[in-house]
Amino acid sequence: MKVRIKFSKQGSLRFIGHLDVMRYFQKLNRRAALDLTYTKGFSPHQEMSFAAPLGLGLTSDGEYADIEFESLPGSSEELVKRMNEVSVPELQVIDAVLLPDQAKNAMSILAGADYELSFREGYEPEDPEGFFKALEDYLSRETIPVTKNTKTGTQDVDLKVQIREWRRLPGNRLFFKVDTGSRSNLKPEFIMECFYESLGREYDPLTFEVNRTEMYGEIDRKLVPLYAYGRRF
Amino acid sequence: MRKLALSDEILLSIDKPSRYTGGEYNSYNKPWDSVTLHAAFCFPDVYEIATANLGMQIIYEQFNRRPDALCDRVYSPWLDLDKIMRERKIPLFAVESQQKVRDFDLLLITLQYEMCYTNVLGILDLSGIPLHASDRTEEDPIVIGGGTCTYNPEPMADFFDVFYMGESETQYDRVMDILIAAKNNGQRRITTLEQLAEVPGLYVPQFYEARYHEDGTLASFTPVNPHGKTRIRKEIVADMSADLPYPKHPIVPFTRGMMDRATLEVMRGCIRGCRFCQAGMIYRPVRNRSLEFLKKTAVEMLESSGYEEINLSSLSTSDYSEFAELLDFLLPYCEEHKINIGIPSLRIDAFSLDVMDKIQDIKKTSLTFAPEAGSQRLRDVINKGLTEEEILEGARQAFTGGWNKVKLYFMLGQPLETEEDVKAIPVLADKIARVYYETVPKEQRQGKVSIQSSTSFFVTKPFTPFQWAPMCREEEFTEKAMLVKETFREQLNRKSLVYHYHAENQTELEGLFARGDRRVGRAIEEAYRRGCIYDAWGEYLKYDVWLEVLNDLGLSFEFYNFRERPIDELFPWDFIDIGVTKEFLAREWQRAKEGKVTPNCREQCSGCGARCFGGGVCFEGQN
Ligand code: SF4
Ligand code: SF4
Repeated sequence: MKVRIKFSKQGSLRFIGHLDVMRYFQKLNRRAALDLTYTKGFSPHQEMSFAAPLGLGLTSDGEYADIEFESLPGSSEELVKRMNEVSVPELQVIDAVLLPDQAKNAMSILAGADYELSFREGYEPEDPEGFFKALEDYLSRETIPVTKNTKTGTQDVDLKVQIREWRRLPGNRLFFKVDTGSRSNLKPEFIMECFYESLGREYDPLTFEVNRTEMYGEIDRKLVPLYAYGRRF
Repeated sequence: MRKLALSDEILLSIDKPSRYTGGEYNSYNKPWDSVTLHAAFCFPDVYEIATANLGMQIIYEQFNRRPDALCDRVYSPWLDLDKIMRERKIPLFAVESQQKVRDFDLLLITLQYEMCYTNVLGILDLSGIPLHASDRTEEDPIVIGGGTCTYNPEPMADFFDVFYMGESETQYDRVMDILIAAKNNGQRRITTLEQLAEVPGLYVPQFYEARYHEDGTLASFTPVNPHGKTRIRKEIVADMSADLPYPKHPIVPFTRGMMDRATLEVMRGCIRGCRFCQAGMIYRPVRNRSLEFLKKTAVEMLESSGYEEINLSSLSTSDYSEFAELLDFLLPYCEEHKINIGIPSLRIDAFSLDVMDKIQDIKKTSLTFAPEAGSQRLRDVINKGLTEEEILEGARQAFTGGWNKVKLYFMLGQPLETEEDVKAIPVLADKIARVYYETVPKEQRQGKVSIQSSTSFFVTKPFTPFQWAPMCREEEFTEKAMLVKETFREQLNRKSLVYHYHAENQTELEGLFARGDRRVGRAIEEAYRRGCIYDAWGEYLKYDVWLEVLNDLGLSFEFYNFRERPIDELFPWDFIDIGVTKEFLAREWQRAKEGKVTPNCREQCSGCGARCFGGGVCFEGQN
């Protein structure tokens, strides 16, 4: 039985790398005494996979892991409670859903994600209105062709296609819904970097605090939150 | 949300930022204002090494279980952050509260190996605490040292207000009471130090004066403050079944540390007085933890931490009286819960091979022997109660049981070692290989047998029968290692034999710190000022700088390391009473010279003096 859990990673846990998050869950699952499926063979380990690594320094309210269970510990609510009792306050399980048997794992269906950006203390623009006006102009262009550095070289992409939605939020914050995953992947910091470059300004990677808020798969060209692939139990 | 001491800009620019952000599962994180006494415990090395230390976890528990105190943790910032903190004058902080170290009432620093001494100065310096205890003010925390190296605290005497000699469980509650009362009364620092000096096991170095003879040896060592005791007896827990603090809910680091597992301490001390071994003497007598405690604690630790491995720790776990019963419990439990058991320091015999067979399951990793010396003669000199027959028989059983990799550990440069003893190392390795070819029929051999031998260089330690003995010079060490290497080439099974040795110039410095006196402290300070830090990390040891400093200060290895010390010489550490008497050690030194073996504590008591603590092996079978 595969259960998909959604969790947050906040505060000082933004400095814990992806591998350490995986290790953290292995121990958390043991502490919660969950009845999990272990791989066969010499050194058995839990069958668990994560939707997408979160970059160091980012926080999130929308992380996902798929975990294979032998038996379920009561209801979704009970599972969430049991896990949170043995977790640190800065990493909390938000939701748990049971996936259909043939469900693909979160990593392979991942198509999009939501992010909220806020200016880090000391990095706020002097003229916020001017800033957002310029951003609006930039993002309203017909196409936004940019060149991205990849592991193998460079790649020409159109930001316009990869940004599915964006808006200004109260408190000079920003919301982005972007492509994420193996087919098309865009990081919100990269949008801002391209924008600063278009203004001829240098982009300091510390400018924004970034919080991931949700991750999606895609059905019929519509983004579906990863939790909606299963049902609460 | 906790406010961090370092900015995101810094944290994102350094390696493994989570070393500095705390918040680990099972950490106490007590609110700063909820207690009177704020203690910070420091292991002066990088986080991953430090978190493995059991002593630290015990003290952490001992302090935090009190409602009126908290204990936070401090580690050495790695070189990348060290540099930033110095450049920007950022004060060192503790990881949980993220408060400045200098704001604590008490700073406990554990000295687990000599090569961490410059790191200790780094900790004080980065914290803004004067290096010299005598320069500290009412605003500075009281700095207490503990751990293995405090059995000769003298090289570090100037930098500590207090040393705690021995096991933490017995007196720290009293220390806390004194400090809390002092804080409530606004008492002066000197009064507090005088009160602490009267607590058993506590040593306040500035209350003592050392005088030297013209030849440099110690003439006298006496208290100059009436509160200083003439002799400081180490503290030990005589009854290990008492309700002692233990990390039953151990902190689980986020990053993978040296010890990604729960540590179950089965006993303290060791019954076997190997003559080179300091631990074997200073932790006497052997005291078992009760089987019931171990069973209960093992389960509680594993359940509360989620660790996938448990380590049975002690100096010589095979000697634990109820070892078989403990394993009868642990093996099925761990199998059911998919937990690995680690048992370092097993003696190789039929029983332990059987145990290893069970815990190693399918994959047979290599088997470790520590004969320490190649020849039987030298093994008798060092009192390693292990005969060649036992080694070969152990190997034979292991090979029959399916192992084909053996690791052997030896020490080079032990006192009274001859060329023959050195050459005996490869010969012993070869004999073991021969045993393989004799015992395992051709058709059952899975590849070649592999015998790996490594040698380390011997460092003379205080409170051992060898404390009078000279150490080898660097050239001698190298010659010996070369001789071993050559002799390996002459062996019949040389293709199955591998030899490693570490050419470490650490050894001489370690010797200097181990048996040094107060004057060595000046060298440590000067070396630190000239940029030495992380000396324990071979690649960062600035050996040339050290040599320059010693030269400039007129300190020599000749005096501290290379001479044989007369039997009646007053040693800098003689004011410490470890229970084991100097007479016993001298007797053992004599027996070493005669090549006589001394039985272990369970075979026969040799009257070492440790009986005075009123517990442990000395009283076994007497009630
Ligand atoms: S067996 Fe020997 S070397 Fe090992 S701890 Fe005991 S005394 Fe020391
Ligand atoms: S007094 Fe005897 S039994 Fe006790 S530690 Fe010393 S030698 Fe061993």
